Amino acid sequence: MRPLLLALAMALIASPALAATIEVTIDKLVFSPASVQAKVGDTIEWTNKDVFAHTATVKGGWEVMIPAKSKGKVTLKAAGAVDYFCRFHPNMKGYIEVVP
Amino acid sequence: MFMRPTAALAALFLISAAPLAQAADKPTDPQIAHIAYTAGSIDIEAAKLAIKKSKNKEIVAFAKDMERDHEAVNKQALDLVKKLKVTPEDNDTSKALAKAAKEERGKLAKLKGADFDKAYIENEVAYHKQVNGALETLLIPSASNAELKSLLETGLKIFQGHQQHAEHVAGMLK
Repeated sequence: MRPLLLALAMALIASPALAATIEVTIDKLVFSPASVQAKVGDTIEWTNKDVFAHTATVKGGWEVMIPAKSKGKVTLKAAGAVDYFCRFHPNMKGYIEVVP
Repeated sequence: MFMRPTAALAALFLISAAPLAQAADKPTDPQIAHIAYTAGSIDIEAAKLAIKKSKNKEIVAFAKDMERDHEAVNKQALDLVKKLKVTPEDNDTSKALAKAAKEERGKLAKLKGADFDKAYIENEVAYHKQVNGALETLLIPSASNAELKSLLETGLKIFQGHQQHAEHVAGMLK
């Protein structure tokens, strides 16, 4: 039993920290907070309080649809900093810094 | 052939810019509510025409975005006037806007294909620019009720977004 427990404990230690969910609120066409920091594997969840549909769009990258009075989310797969915007209202802008 | 729609548009922009410039007198809240609602309805009508007429995927998608957003704004406006017990009041600015829009729709209705798409999206850019100017310089500063002012401010952000979106779509057509 012992070696097995040890292996299990080591596996737990070696496994990466639990992925977090980072909340971003959209209210009156503003992403808040506009700038967030996350780790690879974390999820960003947008809560849209507006009666308008929005998107979180990275030019040449991913896009999340965030319907009116609803939520949308994305799990971050790559490290790096990304600017995102709403494709329907390009004056809405956000920023995510993804660390490994 | 290629010059004509452009010249017509340029002329129309001058004409359609006039109604809001004329409104030198400070409008009242019931008038402001009517102007804002009329401005939204005009864009919904234009969107419906584009959805019906255009075969361009980007144009149709843009028009559907306009229809959806402006219907949502106008619903909020109606809910607010009901709550405030304000009756929107027709006025010269609303009338001039509606008249200019009717003429524009008449012109757009005669165009087809790429000519229609170009004229529609260019008018969307010009129209949102015009409405944003009116919101910033006249309607928002004139609004006395705080909730109405706040709705107009959200409206301005939405319309500024639409203007940028329209400019992006117009750029893609070129």
